[in-house]
Amino acid sequence: MATVSDTAQPVMPGEPVADAGEGKGVRRRDFINIAATSFAGVGAGVAVAPLLMQMAPSADVQALSTTEVDISKIQPGQGIKAVWRKQPVFIRNLLPAEIQKANAVSTGDLRDPQTLAERTKPGKTNWLITLGVCTHLGCVPLGIGEGENRGEYGGYFCPCHGSHYDTAARIRKGPAPKNLVVPEYSFTSDTVVQIG
Amino acid sequence: MSFAWAKPYEPKNPLMKWVDERLPVPRLVYGAVGGGYPVPRNLNFFWNFGFLAGLALMIQIITGIVLAMHYYSYAAGAFDSVERIMRDVNAGWVIRYTHQNGASFFFAIIYIHIFRGLFYGSYKAPREMVWMLGVVIYLLMMATAFMGYVLPWGQMSYWGAQVITGFFSAIPVVGEPLRIFLLGGYAPDQAALTRFFSLHYLLPFIIAAVAILKIWALHIPGSSNPTGVDVKDEKDTLPFHPFYTAKDGFGVGVALLIFSIFIFFLPYSLGHPDNYVEANPLVTPAHIVPEWYFWPFYAILRSFTVDFILPAKLWGVLAMFSAVLVLFFLTWLDRSPVRSSSYRPVYKIFFWVLVADVIVLGYVGQAHITPINVALGQVASAYYFLHFLIILPLVSKFEKPLPLPNSITESVLHGEKQESAPFGLATTGATTAAPAAAE
Repeated sequence: MATVSDTAQPVMPGEPVADAGEGKGVRRRDFINIAATSFAGVGAGVAVAPLLMQMAPSADVQALSTTEVDISKIQPGQGIKAVWRKQPVFIRNLLPAEIQKANAVSTGDLRDPQTLAERTKPGKTNWLITLGVCTHLGCVPLGIGEGENRGEYGGYFCPCHGSHYDTAARIRKGPAPKNLVVPEYSFTSDTVVQIG
Repeated sequence: MSFAWAKPYEPKNPLMKWVDERLPVPRLVYGAVGGGYPVPRNLNFFWNFGFLAGLALMIQIITGIVLAMHYYSYAAGAFDSVERIMRDVNAGWVIRYTHQNGASFFFAIIYIHIFRGLFYGSYKAPREMVWMLGVVIYLLMMATAFMGYVLPWGQMSYWGAQVITGFFSAIPVVGEPLRIFLLGGYAPDQAALTRFFSLHYLLPFIIAAVAILKIWALHIPGSSNPTGVDVKDEKDTLPFHPFYTAKDGFGVGVALLIFSIFIFFLPYSLGHPDNYVEANPLVTPAHIVPEWYFWPFYAILRSFTVDFILPAKLWGVLAMFSAVLVLFFLTWLDRSPVRSSSYRPVYKIFFWVLVADVIVLGYVGQAHITPINVALGQVASAYYFLHFLIILPLVSKFEKPLPLPNSITESVLHGEKQESAPFGLATTGATTAAPAAAE
């Protein structure tokens, strides 16, 4: 029988104390306490998981992950807006002059260096397919519709904060950090593009 | 702070001290659910249900806020949006099952909590306000549960809305115009659905506010206890933390285990399949019943079948509301100074008869309407009011209670001296039961 003293934790009368001396070793109650609260913590973590998971895109949103577009009607020099994941996609049939203009630029001068060839598919360099989302803060740039302002470099122009994109949709002037994003896509035939 | 010996908050951590001097929230928490709140040492597991009710409310609020991120309160899309939550939203099914069964979980806890109060006389002085705020919460819960049940816009939702708002049409003269006003139309439709959604989102926060008032009111006299004897000195109490946080924690574990069985294995056991048919204003389901927690009241509503001075319909509605409102007057109906039924031999019998009566009412509330069931419901409804209005006042007048213990400590003592010592003081010179490890 020993006197209980110097215990940091309250001790109930009658409680077995493994080591009441200098605090050496682990008291049974401390072990139970830590084990129980840890277990409750794990449980709380598991309970929180679905509450966070529900925020991620749901199955019906994920189902929009590919879009097929018929490009047979797009004449050289024209472009269309398609929708992929609820975002605009610019599909442009470049004129030879526009291709030339894009290839004439030395990539060293670009903010986000990329050649037109890197931004298009081999043998299909006239088909420029990019997201119509400005890389600055997400506005839809002008220039895909007939008669819209195409900016100083003849590509796209974002009216929100004045970003100018060239004929390969590369950033040339203004606050946007990157070129317009080229989404994943493939030609399923000569006239159909599958985006995503 | 309820008792003179309640420990004041003394922060050890300098940061907590800094915060406490500027915004005494740590002090508030310490005094409310920490070491600074002395609680009678003899509470049994029936005292877990207040804490569990708070937990159930939090579960409902959190899952409800999440569901509202995906639900549309649009009459043509509400039903589909609920199905989308079940099929397309990540983990949506578990969130909805939790919320849907959470309502039953909440009511089950509240019913045990209410009957705990009835058994141990928790409504008596000085805790009348605690009890009455509890009845207010119960009424708010009923309104919230009903409006929530309408939101999925299934057949039961729709016809529930039709029947419940029909109560108001029983009021003489203004009844029917009032019903149309409340629905915003002649039958439940877009206007009703949108306002029910708005109020269903609002009311839980009102419940939370009333619950805070209730805890505030409770902490003035402190918790009641199974003997019903007042706390006399420090020997009768233990600090809330760690003793009752641990006991409540254990209760939470058991309760969540039972709740999980329903969520994961029996999610539809408490619902009605008819609610998975989209609302149809032209067809009423053959057997229309409310959720289980409203059955006893539904039985009372249906027990009035003949006009007597007032129309039967009005009697039913009045009786149903009175069945809850009578709880407000309990303190004045039961005049016995003895709180706990453990020392009230006659009341104890009637308490259990009342429990049985409510169960019978519950059975009748969900049963098909047959002459036998109607008669059973009428007898049980009559007894319900007989209990509160006649039996309770008479019993409290004529009953001879058993002798009360002198103190809480005395009632739990088994002869060990150290057991009766105040918490923390027992360590001085106390001996341990197990041999200590050698130095």
